[in-house]
Amino acid sequence: MTDKLDIILNLNGRDHSIRVEPRKTLVDAIREDCGLTGTHIGCEHGVCGACTVILDGETVRSCLMFAVQAQGKTIRTVEGLADGKTLHPLQRAFMAHHGLQCGFCTPGFLMLAANTLEQHPDIDDEELREVLSSNLCRCTGYQNVVKAVRAAADEMRNPAKNPAN
Amino acid sequence: MVPATMKPAPFHYHAPRTVAEAVTLLAQVAPEDGRVLAGGQSLVPTMAFRLARPRHLVDINGIDELKRLVVEDGRLCIGAGVRHAAFHRPVVPGPLGQLLSEVVRHIAHHPIRTRGTFCGSIAHADPASEWCAVAAALDAEMVAISTRGTRVIPAVDFFQGIMTTALADDELLAEVRLPTLRAGVRVGFAEFNRRAGDFAVAMAVAIYGVQDGVIAESRLAVGGAEASPRRIDAAEYALRGGAPTRNTFELAAELVARALDPLEDNQNTAGYRRDVARAMVRRALEQAEQKAGA
Repeated sequence: MTDKLDIILNLNGRDHSIRVEPRKTLVDAIREDCGLTGTHIGCEHGVCGACTVILDGETVRSCLMFAVQAQGKTIRTVEGLADGKTLHPLQRAFMAHHGLQCGFCTPGFLMLAANTLEQHPDIDDEELREVLSSNLCRCTGYQNVVKAVRAAADEMRNPAKNPAN
Repeated sequence: MVPATMKPAPFHYHAPRTVAEAVTLLAQVAPEDGRVLAGGQSLVPTMAFRLARPRHLVDINGIDELKRLVVEDGRLCIGAGVRHAAFHRPVVPGPLGQLLSEVVRHIAHHPIRTRGTFCGSIAHADPASEWCAVAAALDAEMVAISTRGTRVIPAVDFFQGIMTTALADDELLAEVRLPTLRAGVRVGFAEFNRRAGDFAVAMAVAIYGVQDGVIAESRLAVGGAEASPRRIDAAEYALRGGAPTRNTFELAAELVARALDPLEDNQNTAGYRRDVARAMVRRALEQAEQKAGA
């Protein structure tokens, strides 16, 4: 046991004052101390990507950082994707294209895809598949994940087609 | 509520703001198994398995002076804070920037590359590290700083075995320097792994210059196949004076295969690794030639 540290985590625009041991990973702090359980914990050693969050505009594995390292950073989790009751285009596309079955990997895939499309709205199929290979899904076989992200990318580039508008 | 369990063993956390502070801390905590935390993409998993149980971590992520990435005296200087993702686009014009931008795509996956650092990979010295193979190929210089002073360690002395380097416990690998390559030098990189982003079975880095239709200078390094990456002298020598054609490349690849003492594990026999390394050398050389013709 080591002394706990007082830190502030900024999650989806809201500050959370928490007290954690240095060894507490970011994902554990997000779930246990901040109460946001949308981010899932899979392998806990950086392989599966279920815990992917967006930290200062870049996707990271939140199991491979300590919470104390995330102080002063802006963190986005799956809870911040929807705009009130309006789902993000990616969330709608995952539903429409069966981009999930059990749903365990979905928060990680959504954050990975959201960041990718924000940085590269015109990403080509080859690069998209390469990025999506970062995360593991044991249900879908990935084809429908690719389809869903592609559909969301098209919608985000042409918001007029957005059925929610 | 069930008490929270944590995978890593407890440690004391230090977040210095300068290199001077960092090496002072390291001098204090190194005898008590203090370690440097950079990107953490290799260290944190080993801590999660409790294969590593450092009692102190010196986090260098907040040290701005380590974030430099500049060319000085014909060398690209890569500070300990520079992450893999910095190399997605060429960081310098010419063959070196091109080579690094191709190699980086083989390192794990995008969300790992946003955190992991170039120098962290070098200091970790995993046999399958792409940056270590590049450092060996280019005779990189490793700049190690401690309270005892600064020393520059050449790659050939730096890599000493599986995850073993010439760095002392109290030394910070502050910077790695790579020679820039003049325009026209041909570069190729090939790696084989079973799935995208996995650890490599073997990889090859090929760098050569052609003058009057024959190879005039050559660097050829293999990574992943042995405990440490290294240049293969016999193959480099065989390339020189030859035309950059399939026959020359196959001879060099065969000489590499004969020179290797491959690692074995439960998925790869030494013989298999040797065969993969031979193929990677040929592909790296061919790729360099194809790009030159493109």
